[in-house]
Amino acid sequence: MKPPARISFENVALEFAGKNGPVRVVDNVSYEIGNGEFVSIIGPSGCGKTTMMNMVAGFLQPTSGSVKVDGKVVTGPGPDRGVIFQEYGVFPWLTVKDNIDFGLTLSANRKPKAEREEICNRYMKLMGLSDFADAFPKMLSGGMRQRLAIARAYAVKPQFLLMDEPFGALDAQTRAHMQDLLLQALQTEGKTVMLITHSVEEAVYMSSRIVVMTARPTRIREIIEVPFPYPRDASLHEDPLFGQLRSRVRSLVMREYAAQARQSSE
Amino acid sequence: MLKRAALIIAPWLVIVGIWYALAYSGLINEALIPKPHVVAARFWELLTQARLPLDIWMSTQRVFLGVAAGITLAVPVGFVLGWYRQVRTFIDPLINFFRALPPIALIPLVVVYFGIGEIAKVVILFYASFFAGVIVMYEGIAQISPIYVRVARTLGATDGEIFRKVIIPLTVPHMLTALRVALGVAWATLVASELIAAQQGLGALIQNASSFFQLDIIYVGIICIGFIALAMDLAIRAFTKRLVSWQERIA
Ligand SMILES: Nc1ncnc2c1ncn2[C@@H]1O[C@H](COP(=O)(O)OP(=O)(O)OP(=O)(O)O)[C@@H](O)[C@H]1O
Ligand SMILES: [Mg+2]
Repeated sequence: MKPPARISFENVALEFAGKNGPVRVVDNVSYEIGNGEFVSIIGPSGCGKTTMMNMVAGFLQPTSGSVKVDGKVVTGPGPDRGVIFQEYGVFPWLTVKDNIDFGLTLSANRKPKAEREEICNRYMKLMGLSDFADAFPKMLSGGMRQRLAIARAYAVKPQFLLMDEPFGALDAQTRAHMQDLLLQALQTEGKTVMLITHSVEEAVYMSSRIVVMTARPTRIREIIEVPFPYPRDASLHEDPLFGQLRSRVRSLVMREYAAQARQSSE
Repeated sequence: MLKRAALIIAPWLVIVGIWYALAYSGLINEALIPKPHVVAARFWELLTQARLPLDIWMSTQRVFLGVAAGITLAVPVGFVLGWYRQVRTFIDPLINFFRALPPIALIPLVVVYFGIGEIAKVVILFYASFFAGVIVMYEGIAQISPIYVRVARTLGATDGEIFRKVIIPLTVPHMLTALRVALGVAWATLVASELIAAQQGLGALIQNASSFFQLDIIYVGIICIGFIALAMDLAIRAFTKRLVSWQERIA
């Protein structure tokens, strides 16, 4: 018997109110994400990826169909689903440590002082931020801010990690480092992950499965299994199968970009 | 450090220099420009032998009361306007209408409704500081990125927790800026407010002096207002720097 899905899209469609009536952005998507999977969503810009994630995060409700987490329809955001935004969203008025502590002071996940201390220290260490415990975010680089955002999300022990182009604003080296750091963190604390990315390389390197989306209104174009076992490291990039998968995903995405261009010229 | 001090003092010396130059140039009737040392001497005389301390005290008190009342109202009103876009659409024109009215034009009405006592003067200052503060406040609040609220929600924050732990800290810098602006505007409006039958106050001092054509006293009054406003501004800035040192840029 198939294990129950952790995240499921069931005939999900979503429309935004446009100037000339409703605009369909997500068109009848059905998909299931299983426990511990790392699923990357890739597709042309503006197709509706963020919209899909926002429905899982609980910021948007589908127009029809349903989005379920552990079998329950999502009605709003919650600490079981950690969200990492491209623009980090670290709280500028709190120090690094207080940022991580923030979630632990909320009634939803309140912990005793000693335990909070221990959790903060653990994730500062995991994300290489221990030396900056008392620094304000304005002192941190982009990569450090994103590490802080990840540490803060981890602190409340979410079961899911939803990431919307989390490394999009980082330079190539920092980005590669962040990918390895995240894979390591997932190795110690397994989570079910949904990652939106524009980088085919990143999708193949990190995910267990890649979902390629079509141009708007978005549907699933293709689902690609990435069979490499975890833990993975940079040597994977040399693997011939890695290259094959990368070309395949890339050509699928390029085709959708071409379709999008045709649509908009019509 | 010494260089810094020199840089700060230099522009003031330049102004005094120009002042002397004008006074001695003969371009302007000598009687119309009291020389800086004459004004300084008059300042000392008024300070030690006359009522200048009382004037300063009365004016400062009025400004304080007016600004305190104005900001107390401007903070919640500005917050609501900044936070709820829909409300702003309707209220914004109203605020700009009232803000555009010069306080001096309101004096006759204020006298009718509030008489000629202390309250009337404070009402004028309240009016000026409220409208200045409310605009700074709501424009600041409207610029707060919604991402912080979203992040807090994903961490499990309730509405109350979001207000206390996210919105309030983000509001503090704007409150301080609003306070600064309101104080500046209040000092700028002081003379107008003291047009209402004031016996004491820097504005009253200036007006009395003008009826007797005592230009040096007028200069003393103006310079006092400028320096007190400057001192208060510096104090708030220093306070802001300490309280919200986390800000990327300090206003
Ligand atoms: N609140 C909204 N109201 C109306 N239209 C919206 C809204 N949010 C998004 N859209 C539209 O929906 C479409 C999909 O947006 P979405 O942000 O999900 O795209 P995306 O795939 O994440 O794009 P990108 O890769 O550039 O981030 C876009 O055309 C966008 O203009
Ligand atoms: Mg997006």
